[in-house]
Amino acid sequence: MTKSGLIELVAERTPHISKKDTEIVVNTIFDSMTEALKHGQRIEIRGFGSFQVKIREAREGRNPKTGEEVHIPAKRTPFFKVGKELKEKVDGVKPGAEGAGDSGDES
Amino acid sequence: MTKADIVEHIYERVGFSKKESAELVEQVFDIIKDTLAEGEKVKISGFGNFVVREKNARKGRNPQTGEEIRLSARRVLTFKPSLVLKNVLNEEPVTEAEARTEG
Repeated sequence: MTKSGLIELVAERTPHISKKDTEIVVNTIFDSMTEALKHGQRIEIRGFGSFQVKIREAREGRNPKTGEEVHIPAKRTPFFKVGKELKEKVDGVKPGAEGAGDSGDES
Repeated sequence: MTKADIVEHIYERVGFSKKESAELVEQVFDIIKDTLAEGEKVKISGFGNFVVREKNARKGRNPQTGEEIRLSARRVLTFKPSLVLKNVLNEEPVTEAEARTEG
């Protein structure tokens, strides 16, 4: 499913809101999440998961074409940690069922 | 940031009532969750892709007791951030202070 597919489905489920407005809302959701991460904020969506920016340390790399050594500066990378509810849903395990939590480590 | 903050943003920027904003935000995440639960990936351009991966059964070890355990085959969710998102986060170079606190 793509973003336009998502907009389509949301519009179907909320017939009292126009599709154009639905589109604006979906875009605003991801824009505000992007902005939060840009400001170094952690995002926690209950039942879904959390997003956090982590730093990848600077390292020495090599240009695979020329073999030349290059310095790769430190970078920020977004990380997603799936929430317990969604993790179980994706795995097809009923919440609380046996084996549901054998690698669950959500804090 | 939580769902409530996202609702607040929509209320402020788009002008929907808080009730409508909350309903829409709820729908968006519910639909994403249901789609992923069916094993289908969700691609949000400019943000990233949520992909369900099949993991084979493997042998593991309880790190506390050293006991060998069998980990059954499972499906896990992974997130691959889009290049756009990664670039937005790196518009400014990482400062030394940042690298020290989080690296």
